[in-house]
Order: sequence, then structure tokens, then C-alpha cells
Amino acid sequence: MLYRENGQFKVSYAADQQIFPILQDRVAVALMLVFAFVAVPLLASDYLLRAILTPFLILSLAALGLNVLVGYCGQISLGTGAFMAVGAYAAYNFFIRIDGMPMLAALLLGGVCATAVGVVFGIPSLRIKGLYLAMATLAAQFFCDWAFLRIQWFTNDSTSGSVSVPALNAFGLPIETPVQKYLFCLALVAVFALLIKNLVRSHIGREWMAMRDMDVAAAVIGIRPIYAKLTAFAVSSFVAGVAGAMWGFIYLGSWESAAFNIDRSFQLLFMVIIGGLGSIMGSFFGAAFIVVLPIVLDQVLPALGAGIGLRFDTATVSHVTLMIYGALIVFFLIVEPHGLARLWSIGKEKLRLWPFPH
Amino acid sequence: MGFFLETLISGLMVGMLYSLVALGFVLIFKASGVFNFAQGAMVLFAALAMARFAEWLPPLLGLQNKILSNAIAFVLAMLTMVVVAWLIERLALSRLVNQQGVTLLMATLGIAYFLDGFGQSLFGSDIYKLDVGLPKDPLFLLEGTFQGGILVNKEDLYAAAIAAVLVSMLALFFQKTATGRALRAVADDHQAAQSIGIPLNRIWVIVWSVAGFVALVAGIIWGSKLGVQFSLSLVALKALPVVILGGLTSVPGAIIGGLIIGVGEKLSEVYIGPALGGGIEIWFAYVLALAFLLVRPQGLFGEKIIDRV
Repeated sequence: MLYRENGQFKVSYAADQQIFPILQDRVAVALMLVFAFVAVPLLASDYLLRAILTPFLILSLAALGLNVLVGYCGQISLGTGAFMAVGAYAAYNFFIRIDGMPMLAALLLGGVCATAVGVVFGIPSLRIKGLYLAMATLAAQFFCDWAFLRIQWFTNDSTSGSVSVPALNAFGLPIETPVQKYLFCLALVAVFALLIKNLVRSHIGREWMAMRDMDVAAAVIGIRPIYAKLTAFAVSSFVAGVAGAMWGFIYLGSWESAAFNIDRSFQLLFMVIIGGLGSIMGSFFGAAFIVVLPIVLDQVLPALGAGIGLRFDTATVSHVTLMIYGALIVFFLIVEPHGLARLWSIGKEKLRLWPFPH
Repeated sequence: MGFFLETLISGLMVGMLYSLVALGFVLIFKASGVFNFAQGAMVLFAALAMARFAEWLPPLLGLQNKILSNAIAFVLAMLTMVVVAWLIERLALSRLVNQQGVTLLMATLGIAYFLDGFGQSLFGSDIYKLDVGLPKDPLFLLEGTFQGGILVNKEDLYAAAIAAVLVSMLALFFQKTATGRALRAVADDHQAAQSIGIPLNRIWVIVWSVAGFVALVAGIIWGSKLGVQFSLSLVALKALPVVILGGLTSVPGAIIGGLIIGVGEKLSEVYIGPALGGGIEIWFAYVLALAFLLVRPQGLFGEKIIDRV
């Protein structure tokens, strides 16, 4: 009834090209943004902002970057954690070693370094694909893990191997309280989501998708595989690098290379697949699911155990959490292999026809 | 020279264990096209089951004989792995037929998490000793040729023998039995195999059970060397470059690849490592496999047909 596009005519090219062609969508997105920027900081507790919303936003950004590579260009990567690590450590070195370096610039420069590394490790994708490529990106993962642990220069010769950043600010505004951190992340993520959305709608996004759907056919119609694949690697690792730098600077504050280990890469791939391959919205859904699930399980399980007269110790809880996490992932892959974004679009489709069946 | 040979031999021993884990990968990939990330979790699960059964059984049954109780524990652990294989097929794989490779990969990762959690909540999460009676005393070889001889662990030698027996048993099973032929048929072409009446589901259960068996043997060897603990689960990550190097569909490839990776890892750690700051074992295997991929994308013994871009 409410969600219907009848009577909304497109009379200009600009109207035809807008991201949300339906008025109701535009209103909903605007409301959501207002809610996220205004209502959430006012209402949410510090714990919610610090422990759930900020990591959720940063990991959504990383998932968004990975989605460009896996969902749009069809190249599997198990090395996102490595690109995040490169971003984080590069940003750290720019920030520490150059006096008066603005934090935002350091974050973006971290992304640029991650881009370079991503392109280098993307080169094998010109020869191999699928599982073999996954292996090649795993090489990036293990190499970076090692490099940031062993090469002292990257950690500014810190004896413990962990690095930490001093007080942060952007454009003269301090970023210290959970609310400020949340708003900073939200602003960056919103900008990046918009950029990527537009990128995948542009000619370059179409090239990626053509490459994903059938590389030979894409090459035949004149898309250069080298260019398409390496740009996907570049964009993906840039975004992952910025997300990694944010993860280190804003969420963790001080970190060591284990923060970006292989589990992080798997986690991000889960987000992309459970959220939906090739969907911007899906990256956010996936991140929400993967971030919130362990926290909820941690809270619910002891309560549940107490309810049926069992007392779980922390080790058991973590094992059971692992079990449920794994089982839920398999369950989701079985019932909705196209991810949560598919459910979302099915819902929208149903809503358009409601209350009539046809 | 003596030191070099010692390093070489220890590399071969480690490589052989990698081969065992890689073998599990290859078996499952051949028969169902699933890249089984859960192999490492299966190794952990199997080793945990074995260690705990061997610990629980003697007081329960009043057994004094170590060999007998170990044998019973082995059979029980094997049965557990068959049940696990059956459950995986029933609950997950049969419902994911015809999905993309990456979806299946993620599903096996989910299974890996589940098995990690399940194994540890069922059997406990400490470090367990697993003593199957492998001798632990060192052995000195070629004492006449080199000063002091070459130090070799007897345990490693036994392990190598066990692995060799296992591999030849598997080869016999695949080449000579009706089930083995059915497995190879399924590996070649699912649909053709199904059309001549080979039950796919049963074949998958068998393949996962065989992979479980390989995991059990690998788990016992690793476990009696280093103790049964969570890090066993991470062995799978070491086995990935092995299968890539050897070719995803080749059993001999898994063996040779494992040996190459094992030797390469140890030699590089000893001879190149110090110059780079040490600990290069972690990534050396991957970089080796990666360099190899660029030259020969199908691996050493992989099928020639490969998605080349």
C-alpha cells in the first residue's frame, strides 16, 4: 500500500540515474541516516556505542571493501586481514613519524599503502582463480602477519611488538569519547558506502561484474582482464586498509599484528557471504550478524543454562558459542545461500504488491 | 653436512605429516568437489576422541593391557569419525549440492568451527597426552661417515612407516575394491556416476569417513609427538600450500608436495631464516606455493584442465 512506485515518472536522465529511484526508499534512507547520526548518539549507552556499534561500522566498511572484490569482481580473497593490517601499520607510521600529520590523512595514506600491497598480491589473479587464488591471498595473510610481528621498523621499534596511538582528533575536534568515535566512524562509513555504491554503478563496476559473470565473454567484448581485476583489488584493499587503520586507531587504540590474523579474514568473508555477495546493503547486514551474534550468545547462554539448571563455566560458554556460531553459518548457507540481502529484496518485492497477490 | 642431513630428515618427517593432512583434503576434493577446510578440525576432533577414550577406557573396563585398550580406543574414535562424517553429509552437504565453490568452502569453515567447539566441550580443552607406544629414544645413523652421526627420532621413523602403510592401503582401496572404483567414478563425473546407479550420498559418507580415518591417523601421530591440543586444528592451514603445490586432485601430489613443503620449510628456516629475522616457517610454504602457481597453475600432478584466465 505504502511502498509503491505508481505515479512516479522519470522525466530526466538525472532522475533515471539516481541511486534510489523510488521516493519511499529515499525517505527511508534519509530517516535512517538521521536516526543514525542524531538519535543513536543521544539514546545509546556508552557500552553499546563502544562495544557494538563502532566495531560494527568499521567491520562493515571492511566487508564493503571485500564485497567489491568477491561479490562484484568474483575473486575470492582470504587475505583481507592482511590488507587491514597494512592499512593500520602504514597509517600508524605516517602518523607517528611525520610531525603534524592529520589523522584523517594518515588513515587515507594507510589505505593507499594497502592498495599497493593489494595490487601486488592481486597479480596472481591474472593467472589463477577460485580456490587457487584464495591460497594466493592466504600467502599475503601469513606474510603480513609475520612482517608486522618480526620487522621492528613497522612497529617503531617498540619492545612489546604492540603499537598505540596518542589522543586523536580530526579537523581540530577531539575523538575520544565513544560518541565522538561512533560519529567519526559513521561519517567515514557513510561517505565510503556512497562512493562504492556509485563506483559499482559506473562503467568500472560493470566491468567487474562482467568479469565475475564470465571472464572470457568479458574479454571478448573488450574489457581488459588485467585492468578490471587489478582495479577491483586496488579499490578493495584501499577500503580494507582504511577500515584496518580505523580498527587500530579508533576501536583498539593499541594493537599488535594478531588483531588482523587469519580469523579476521575468515570473519569478513563470512560477513560478505552471509550478508549477500554483490550487495552494499548485504555488507552491513552481514557485519551486524557476525558482530552481534557472539555477543548475544555470550549473554544468553549462561542465562539459558541457569534456566535449565546447568551452570556453564566460561570455557564451556566459549566452546558452545563456537558451536552455535558454526552451526548457524551452515544453517544460513543452506536456507539462504544468497545472503540476507536477498531476504531484504524479497521483502521489498512482496511489499510492492501487498495487499494484492499479483 | 651432517647437520644439513639432520635438517633434511626432520623436514621430511614434518612434511610427511603435512602430507597426511593434505591427503584428507585431496580425498574429499576429488570425490565431492568440496575444499574441506574442516580437515584440521577433524584431525583435532579425532585426536581428542582417541586420547580421551584411551584415558577413560582402562578404568571403565578394568583393562590392564595397553595395546588392547589403545586398539579399542582407536576403533571407538574411528566409529565417532564415521558418525561425524554421516552427520556432516546428512545435515550439511546433501543440502548444499550444486552451490558455488565458495559457499561450500564457507560451509566447511562453519563445520570446522562447530567441530572445534563440539570436540572441546565434549572431550575437554586441556593438553592431553597420547601414548600409543611409539618409542621416543633417539637413534644415531651413519656414525662412521659423520662425526657424531645423524640424530633421528625413532618415533619419526615409525610414523613414516605408518604413513607409508596408510598411503599404500588407500591406494589399494581406491584401485582394487568396488567401493574404490565407485569413489573414482564419482570423482570423475557426479552425474554419470549417479546415472549408472552409484548412490552419491553413500559415497560422500564413505569419503568423509575415509578422510576422518586419515585425520585420526594424522592426529595420533601429531598428538603423540606434541600432545593433543587446539593447535592441531591449525595444521590444516599448513596443508593448504601442500595441496596447491601437489595439485588439488592428486594423491601422489599430496605426498610429494608435503615432503617438498616440509623440507623447504625447515631448510629455509635454518639457512635463510636468521638473515630475515626468523620465524619465516609461517609464510615460506605459502610463498613457495604461490611462486609455483605462477609457473604451473595446476600444481605438480594436478589435472591439466584448469581455469586459466
